[in-house]
Amino acid sequence: MIFVTVGTQLPFDRLTRAIDEWAGLHGRGEEVFAQVGPTEWRPKHMRWSPFITAEEFARRTREARVIVAHAGMGSIITALELGKPILVMPRRASLGEHRNEHQMATASHFQALGRIAVALDEQELLEKLGSVSDLSAADRIAHTASPRLLRALARFAGCGIPSAVADANDARAFEHRDFPAAPALEEEATIGAQGGV
Amino acid sequence: MLPAFEGSRIVYVTTLPSYRQFVQPARFYTVCDGSLWNKVCLVRMAAKILWILALERPDVIISTGAAPGYFALRMGRWFGATTIWVDSIANVEKLSLSGRKIGPYADLWLTQWPHLARPEGPRFEGAVL
Repeated sequence: MIFVTVGTQLPFDRLTRAIDEWAGLHGRGEEVFAQVGPTEWRPKHMRWSPFITAEEFARRTREARVIVAHAGMGSIITALELGKPILVMPRRASLGEHRNEHQMATASHFQALGRIAVALDEQELLEKLGSVSDLSAADRIAHTASPRLLRALARFAGCGIPSAVADANDARAFEHRDFPAAPALEEEATIGAQGGV
Repeated sequence: MLPAFEGSRIVYVTTLPSYRQFVQPARFYTVCDGSLWNKVCLVRMAAKILWILALERPDVIISTGAAPGYFALRMGRWFGATTIWVDSIANVEKLSLSGRKIGPYADLWLTQWPHLARPEGPRFEGAVL
């Protein structure tokens, strides 16, 4: 099932019309459901609703093979938490789709981590729709934080090495090695301990 | 982030009562969802957090924000707790207001986005996703 979602505040027909047309031409055999927002337009080739409850949103995300969404933080984070490939089209303020260009920034940052696919226009959307499920195959989401973060937290809080990271190596796709290394955490942990732990 | 604290007793404080089921049987408190735009709630929330701190006497306090986390860390230092701020992954363009202001009061001050890290803090040490 392909789950399309555009949030509740504004319509996003540029995205939903493109998927509806695609569903009419190619989508036979796979269910497509779209949460289309407050729009006057009615889809012809997919099941739809303007709004859905939070529970239904989570359920449909869980059941979907692929998510297609505006670049809303809730949509992206829900998809990543549930381990679903997500193809995102950012809303553009310049097209009256949003109040500001935050969605462009959100999309580009998550894309830089290699966690989401991004399409800027309808053509790119349809091109990437075919391959988005390959996207996170190599990067299944764990329900825990990255090993680096777990180690940092555990060391700082004075806990032992978490068993979840004892054997993990650091070669996760989205760790940024080209950032300058942080100063040794041991120093700061000592300072924290002097603070009264 | 829970695996980082395995072996420790954990107490939860949140604005969402429905989360209780996910953390059973750990102790779980709800507080009002206060903010600059809901100041009455903010005051009640701060008072309840102070009460929870006095009751539980945590060694370590960790939060991803926003206002409840800010109060918990600031007041937690009065009780000698180690304080950890992990700015939410949702704050991708810039730190939250509480995430900026908490700096001097967080023993470990983290952002989950490398481009938001600064030499004076917050640091980047990975992300929850």
